[in-house]
Amino acid sequence: MANSELKKVMEVKDLFFTYPGAPEPTLKGNNLPIYENKITALIGPSGCGKSTLLRAMNRIHDLYPGLTYKGKIDLRNQETGKMENILDLKKENELINLRQRVGMIFQKPTPFPMSIYDNVAYGLKLQGIKNKGELDGLVEEALKGAAIWKETKDRLKDSAMGMSGGQQQRLCIARSVALKPEVLLFDEPTSALDPISTGAIEELISEIKKDITVAIVTHNMQQASRLSDFTTFMYLGDIIEFDETEKIFLNPSQKMTEDYITGRFG
Amino acid sequence: MNRLLLNKIVLILSTVSAFIGIGFLFWILITLTYKGLAGVHFETFTKDLVEGGIRNLLVGQFTMALMATLVAVPLGVLAGIYLREYGHGSKFASVIRTLSDVMTSAPSIVIGVFVFAILVDPFGGYNGWAGIVALAIMMLPIIIGTTDNMLALVPKELREAGIALGGSKHKIILQIVLQAAKVGVTTGILLSFARIIGETAPLLFTSANNQFFTMDLTGQFPSLTVSIYNLATYPDEASRNLAWAASFILTAIVLFINLTGRYFTRNKH
Repeated sequence: MANSELKKVMEVKDLFFTYPGAPEPTLKGNNLPIYENKITALIGPSGCGKSTLLRAMNRIHDLYPGLTYKGKIDLRNQETGKMENILDLKKENELINLRQRVGMIFQKPTPFPMSIYDNVAYGLKLQGIKNKGELDGLVEEALKGAAIWKETKDRLKDSAMGMSGGQQQRLCIARSVALKPEVLLFDEPTSALDPISTGAIEELISEIKKDITVAIVTHNMQQASRLSDFTTFMYLGDIIEFDETEKIFLNPSQKMTEDYITGRFG
Repeated sequence: MNRLLLNKIVLILSTVSAFIGIGFLFWILITLTYKGLAGVHFETFTKDLVEGGIRNLLVGQFTMALMATLVAVPLGVLAGIYLREYGHGSKFASVIRTLSDVMTSAPSIVIGVFVFAILVDPFGGYNGWAGIVALAIMMLPIIIGTTDNMLALVPKELREAGIALGGSKHKIILQIVLQAAKVGVTTGILLSFARIIGETAPLLFTSANNQFFTMDLTGQFPSLTVSIYNLATYPDEASRNLAWAASFILTAIVLFINLTGRYFTRNKH
């Protein structure tokens, strides 16, 4: 496991997370490294905390008041190379900055009620880019990066709401990729899509890992084994096992992991 | 056998009830059209009340209703945003929401009397501004309620997606969530406008009425609905005919606004 070539982009350390009003923490002392330009899959039965952990990694939880974090989530500073704890961030603009560095794709496609072009340009405009020519270039680059340029180049002014589910999801990926994040978090990105769209999204995720580190929550074992380099198995708020995907699927060290991936429970 | 019989009885009873309800509605519309149309002439729209027309009344009624809309829309939409996006789940917000719901069914005459006490009595007389405030108070809870409900229909993932792109909360609410709820909110505003354009009681002791054309909101202000109320009580034939004509025109306006609102909602789904 100790692979010296791998660089950590993020690292979760002893993370406890409690939802507002909950008597017990949902995450109970999680430890998880996220390696640069790799895809890390989070698997486990419903309610095991995998989405909760993912949503902690860009602090999207903080939209809802009353929750508590304990522990650390480190994110590497691109300039200094130092790890910095994102749980220390307090101000709104610090959190905004974090989310531009650690983006997120959701289960259901979430196109904004505006044109395809404006969807992709939205995040860029939030970053302060106003120049029309610059925006045009970045939008095109992002749509190409999400392999959806061919389908959209003649209808950039059309509403994004008229696209198919699979196209909408790729548009959402384009929208996030446009911000050039360091990490992109996928929360079951294909569970609302048909097999063909799922294939296209998986291909896209494998493609973008060249530039962006990926963490993905999935219920689909085949997806985890096809797509990811590392896999972590979670159960009831604990990380049971983390290893290279091949090892997890062929020769897991924990009995519980084996039972889950072979479908004996979950 | 018994069940089938019961089924038939219920079917017949409900059909008859529906026809009675619809019957009254058509009776009103037909009477109104028959009696109203007879009194509608070209001069009805070009002359003021003092000369037997309703030009000043239409202008006055719309002026007050539009001004009330200008006051109530920003207040109501912002309050709705507060209830759904900021105060959601808090005790304070739920108290405000309940109060606003109660206000929706507040008797309009009570609102009229209240505004009389705060804006007519202390200022020495009926005035247009008081009418505007009374109408705005009537609109507010409707706009708050629809904004609140329409924002509730916007999936929370859309807000999260905006936040995940690095937006601040207020930008996401104004630029994305409100956009997504735009059709519903606009319909709510339109329907609340239709509601107040035909109100009499809030204007009766606030703006009262004026026979002459005026745009001076500090004095008595012409009102179509108050005029109908007055004209209908006059003994002469001409006044009563004008009341019918005015009623017909008012109904046509309200119907038109309502249908427009419904058309928008239908197109959404």
